[in-house]
Amino acid sequence: MFASIMEQLINGLRTGSIYALIAIGYTMVYGIAKMINFAHGDVIMVGAYALYVCIGVYKLPVLPSVIITCIFCSVLGVVLEKVAYKPLRNAPPLAVLITAIGMSYLLQSASLLIFGATPIPFSSIINVKSIVVGGITISGITIVTLIVTIIAMIILTLFINKTKAGASMRAVSEDRGAAELVGINVNKTISMTFAIGSFLAAIAGILFICQYESLKPTLGALPGIKAFVAAVLGGIGSIPGAMVGGVILGIIESLSKAYISTQLSDAIVFGVLVVVLLVKPTGLLGKIKKEKV
Amino acid sequence: MGKQLKNKSTIIKILIIIISYVIVTVLLKSGLLNRQYTSLLVPMAINIMLAVSLNLVTGFLGELSLGHAGFMSIGAYAGALITLNLDLPMPVEFTMAIIIGGLIAALFGFIIGMPVLRLNGDYLAITTLAFGEIIKSVLISLKITNGARGLSQIPIYSNYKNYTLVFILMVITVVTLTNFVKSRHGRMITSIRDNAIAAESIGINVGRYKVLAFTVAAFFAGVAGVLYAHNVSILKPTTFDYNKSIEILVIVVLGGMGSIRGSIIAAIIMTILPEFLRGADEYRMLLYAIALIVIMIFNHSKIKEGLMTNRTFAKLFAKKKGEC
Repeated sequence: MFASIMEQLINGLRTGSIYALIAIGYTMVYGIAKMINFAHGDVIMVGAYALYVCIGVYKLPVLPSVIITCIFCSVLGVVLEKVAYKPLRNAPPLAVLITAIGMSYLLQSASLLIFGATPIPFSSIINVKSIVVGGITISGITIVTLIVTIIAMIILTLFINKTKAGASMRAVSEDRGAAELVGINVNKTISMTFAIGSFLAAIAGILFICQYESLKPTLGALPGIKAFVAAVLGGIGSIPGAMVGGVILGIIESLSKAYISTQLSDAIVFGVLVVVLLVKPTGLLGKIKKEKV
Repeated sequence: MGKQLKNKSTIIKILIIIISYVIVTVLLKSGLLNRQYTSLLVPMAINIMLAVSLNLVTGFLGELSLGHAGFMSIGAYAGALITLNLDLPMPVEFTMAIIIGGLIAALFGFIIGMPVLRLNGDYLAITTLAFGEIIKSVLISLKITNGARGLSQIPIYSNYKNYTLVFILMVITVVTLTNFVKSRHGRMITSIRDNAIAAESIGINVGRYKVLAFTVAAFFAGVAGVLYAHNVSILKPTTFDYNKSIEILVIVVLGGMGSIRGSIIAAIIMTILPEFLRGADEYRMLLYAIALIVIMIFNHSKIKEGLMTNRTFAKLFAKKKGEC
């Protein structure tokens, strides 16, 4: 019993860390550009397909493929921002939201046109043997996922807290106008945010595809929406919140799938979100903004 | 003078309703429409009802709702279960289905409207999305709704052959909501959108009116759901995921927030557009997405601003101001 619970917890940690990687993208873009980037989930999908093209079609070795995928997604993120969101910088948030939804459709239908609707099988690029600790089996993918996520998060935290670029990002998210006044290039900072978010989404896409081993144009939609929920759960705009939210969401999902009901697991995940928001209206680690007249 | 003007605009509105009904009848009877477009008539009406009701929450109350398809699914399932399980004559059965479907959806709107009291903005949006998804997964796991396979062989009561009925329901929805928005309650809802704190300080019970807006919107979404169920005859929980909610939201935003007329026009365009693009076949979704992005960017671009300030165009659009 104990071993099975531990295994479920570890499974949850694995899915949760993928959610966390995606959620960081949502939360960073929200914090800085004050918009929900609905196309973010589809960047994961593009990442997965890019990896497939590198490895399955051009037969490149693993490491260059991963690097190409991440760079490709970062560039895609920046292009998305420049083409679709920048012209709407001063538009109402809903207009930007609809544009983001349009972008999401665009990416999905473009990959549907290029790769077709039939799922493409893809064998995992992670060939690490599973290990057994005290009767608990931990698969290779889980180990790699956890290590990669932890490294990515440490680097991200250091980047945001210790570098000049990170400081300018924090400044823009605090107060865009004031940041502009002290000479921060807001456009460049926003582009950088999109690049970092999409880079993390590409990593998430690679880990995701190694786990599910099948590609289809809509694969990004569900993890995308779950990660968005994770970001809100942790308090949107807060990076540690996105990490915590992602992990919690993954664990709840895996435990409810294992012990309650597979069909109801989504309902439970969303139910937890609603309950948390009712108790803490700005998420677990979100800042409470005082309403002013 | 004012009363006369009001009467005049009422007469014009009634005329528009009658004329559009006559046009639909002529198009149907003369066989000018091919089968594809005929089958679009009911979805068009359903989309109008959904968009106008969502506009109450998003446009007039000013809260982003991403769970409208959830209310629609509740109405659809409740209505379908009634007509499937009762063996009454069609008018009785269908009337019951519409009223009960709407009421149950309204009840859920009331329940879901409750968290609104504590949340706002994006947090509220994600909560409505969460509720929509919860409804979907509960529908999948319940026995009475036949799980993921869904309900089938629902009697077809509201397809294009019964377009008069659908048309009447649509007109009732639009007229009711238009009048609701213009009523005292509607004005209070709009005042909450414009400034919640100011509204509260003049004694408006913000929470109550927020819940009211959600409940009314859910009722009409439920009715639209009943019509949907009896048009397609098959219900699947996956039809009502957040993509459906977003589809409705897109109509509302394209038509203009807080504009009922805009919602109607956008609903008509967005129902026809995918069919119109069918000729482009596999590029359909791609074109749809590009159209969406281009429209949104154009709507907020300098080009449009230039056009609006241009004299001739300004005259064309001048009428729009001050109406809803």
